[in-house]
Amino acid sequence: MKALIIWFNTTGSPPNFERYAARWIPIWFVLAFVCLLIGTAGGLFMVPADSKQGEIFRIIYIHVPAAWMSLFVFIVMAAQAFIALVWRIKICEILTIACAHIGLMFTAVTLITGSIWGKPTWGAWWTWDPRLTSELVLLFIYLGIIGLYNAIEDRRSAARAAAFLVLIGLINVPIVHFSVTWWNTLHQGETIRIVGESKMATELMWPLIVMTLATKFWFLGSVLQRARTMNLAHEANKDWAKKLAESKQ
Amino acid sequence: MTSNQGALSLFAAQCRRDLRLSLRRRGDIAQPILFAIMVITLFTLATSAEPKKLAELAPGIIWVAILLSSLLSLDAIYRSDFEDGSLEQMLMSPAPLALLIGARILVHWLSAVMPLVVLTPLFAQMLFLPSDLLAPLMISLLVGTPLISLVGAVIAALTVGIRHSGMLLALLALPLYVPILVFGAGAVVAASQGFAWLGAISLLGAGLVIAIVLAPVAAAAAIKISLT
Amino acid sequence: MNDFSANSLVLEVKQLSYFRNEEKIFGPINFSLSGGNALLVTGDNGSGKTTLLRVLSGLLKAQSGEITVSKPGQTYSDLSHACAYLAHKPGHKAELSCIENLEYLQAIFDNVKPELIEPALAKVGLSGYEDTPAKQLSAGQNKRLGLARVLLSHSPCWLLDEPYANLDLQGIELVNQLIREQTGRGGAVLLTTHGAYAAPAVPCQTLVLANSRAEQ
Repeated sequence: MKALIIWFNTTGSPPNFERYAARWIPIWFVLAFVCLLIGTAGGLFMVPADSKQGEIFRIIYIHVPAAWMSLFVFIVMAAQAFIALVWRIKICEILTIACAHIGLMFTAVTLITGSIWGKPTWGAWWTWDPRLTSELVLLFIYLGIIGLYNAIEDRRSAARAAAFLVLIGLINVPIVHFSVTWWNTLHQGETIRIVGESKMATELMWPLIVMTLATKFWFLGSVLQRARTMNLAHEANKDWAKKLAESKQ
Repeated sequence: MTSNQGALSLFAAQCRRDLRLSLRRRGDIAQPILFAIMVITLFTLATSAEPKKLAELAPGIIWVAILLSSLLSLDAIYRSDFEDGSLEQMLMSPAPLALLIGARILVHWLSAVMPLVVLTPLFAQMLFLPSDLLAPLMISLLVGTPLISLVGAVIAALTVGIRHSGMLLALLALPLYVPILVFGAGAVVAASQGFAWLGAISLLGAGLVIAIVLAPVAAAAAIKISLT
Repeated sequence: MNDFSANSLVLEVKQLSYFRNEEKIFGPINFSLSGGNALLVTGDNGSGKTTLLRVLSGLLKAQSGEITVSKPGQTYSDLSHACAYLAHKPGHKAELSCIENLEYLQAIFDNVKPELIEPALAKVGLSGYEDTPAKQLSAGQNKRLGLARVLLSHSPCWLLDEPYANLDLQGIELVNQLIREQTGRGGAVLLTTHGAYAAPAVPCQTLVLANSRAEQ
C-alpha cells in the first residue's frame, strides 16, 4: 500500500507524469490497434449473421463495448475527482477532465451506433428505450462537466467545481437509470430492448471480449494523451517544460 | 467556532432578510407565475385546443412549465448576494454557511415556486385536467418542487461566479431533474392509468428528506469552491 | 468603546505568494502587524493589493508561504472570523434600509447589540438615513454604511480595500479618524490605496506591491 502511494506521488508530479505518459501512450495505442483489428475482423467476417436481424447486428461489437466504457470511464473519472477534491493533486484534476472528454466520446459512439442499429431493426432512428434514454442523460452529464470546467477562468477552481459535479453525477447516474426504467413501465407500448432477449452464444462472444479489451487500451492511451497535453499546456512557464521544448527542436 | 446565538435565531435572521428582499422585489414573485402561464399558453397554441388532447398531456405540461420556471428563477438565487458582496460576508461570518443557505433556499421556494403550486388548480383548468387527478398532481408538486429548489440550489452554487450562466445552469441541472420529473409527473400518469401512484411519491419524499439534510451542506461547499 | 489590548492579535506573514493559473499575482511578501498599528499597502492598479487582502481574510488560499494569526491562547491560519473586511463591493443589500442591513449583519456575525446601530450610523454621518434603502444612497453614503458595519463588528483587525474611494473630503477625514480610534483601542488596521489619496495621519508601516515584487 505504501509503495503504491509513493509511486502515485512521484508519478503525479508534472515532469514525471510527462515521462510516464510519453512512454506508455504508444504501448496502449499499439495494443488497442491490434485488438481492434482482431475484433473487427472477427465481428465482421468470422462470426455468422443473426437469423432475425441480419448483418446489422454486427454493430453490437462497437455499441456494447462503447456503452460499457461510457459507464466505466465515469467511475474512473469519479475516483480521480474524489482524489482531486480531497488531496488537491494537480494531475488528478487534469485526469478528471481528460476522462470527461473520453467518456463523452464513448457515450456519443454508443448513442450513434444505437441509433444506426435501431433504424433497420425497428424502423426509427431514435427510441425512448430506457437504456438509450439513460445514455442520453449521461451525455448531458458529461457535457455539463466539460461545460462547467470551460466556463470558469481559474483552472484550479474550474477543476474543483467540475470534480464536485462529477461526484454529484456519480450518485445521479443510477438514480436516473432507475427512474427511466420505471417510466418505461408506465407506457403500454412495445418494450424495445437494444440487446435482444437471446443470450449470446459463445461463438459470438469472443469478438466482443476482444473489442472490450480494445476499448480499454484505447481509453488508457487517449486519457494519457489528453492529460499529457493539458499537463504541458498548464506548466508551459516552468523551467522543465521549457527545457523539454528546447530539446525537441 | 460556535455562535452564541442558536441555530434557530440565525436561520430566522436569514429568513427575515430574504423574505424582506423578495417582498421588495415584486418581480421575483410575479415573473415565475407569468412564465408558467406563458409556457402553458404557448404549448396550447402550438398543439391543439381540444380538451381531450390537452387533458392527456396536462400533468406533463404543468410539471414542465413549473420546472422551467423554477430553473429560471434559480439562476438568480445567489446572484445579487454575489454581486453586492453579501455572499462574501456570509462566508466570513462565524455562522454555518449551510444554515444560511438552507434559509435562502426555503425563502426562494416560498416566494418563487410555491405560488405556482398554489395556482396549479388554475393551470389544471386551463388544460382540462380531470378533477380526480388534481390531488395526485398537487401532492406530487408539493413534494417535488422543494426537491427542485434544493437540488437546483446546489447547481447554482457551482456556477455562482460565472457570467451569463443561465444556459449552463440549465444544462447542469437537467440530468438531476430527470428523476424528479419522471417520478413527479409519472405519479400523475400512473394515477390516470389506475396504477398505484403513491410509490412514486414516497420515492420523491425520501429524496426530499435526504436533500433537506444534504443539499444546504453541498451548496455551501460548492459556494466555497466557486468563490475561492 | 472597548479595548483590544487584552484580546489583541498579532499577524505574521512569511514568504506569502499567490498564483493564478500559474501566474504570480504577488509575493513573496513578509511583514508583521500587531494590535495598535496600521499597515498601508500601496501599489499600482493590478499589483495584487486586493488579492493580498482576500488571502489574509481567508477568502483565498495562498499557494506558498505562511500566515499566522496569534490571539491570546489561540493561533489561526488566516483572519477569517477575526476581521472586518470592507471591499469594493458594499457587502450589504440595496433594497434594505441601513438599520435592516446592520441588524442582519450583526446577527450573522454573532454581535447582536441593536442599541449600538443608531450611534454607529450617526458616527459615520448617516443620521436621518436610518430607514432609507441603501439603493437610494449615493456611492459615498454606501461607503459610509460599510464603515458603520466595520465599526459595529468590534473586530480586532480591519481589512480595508481602498476605503477612501467614493468619499468626499469629510469622508476621507472620517476614515482617518476611525482608523486612529481603532489603533488607539489596540486594534489593527490593514488598508490599501493606490496612492492618490492622503495616507492616514497614523503611524503606519508601508508595504509597496509592484508587479509581484514587494519591498518593505
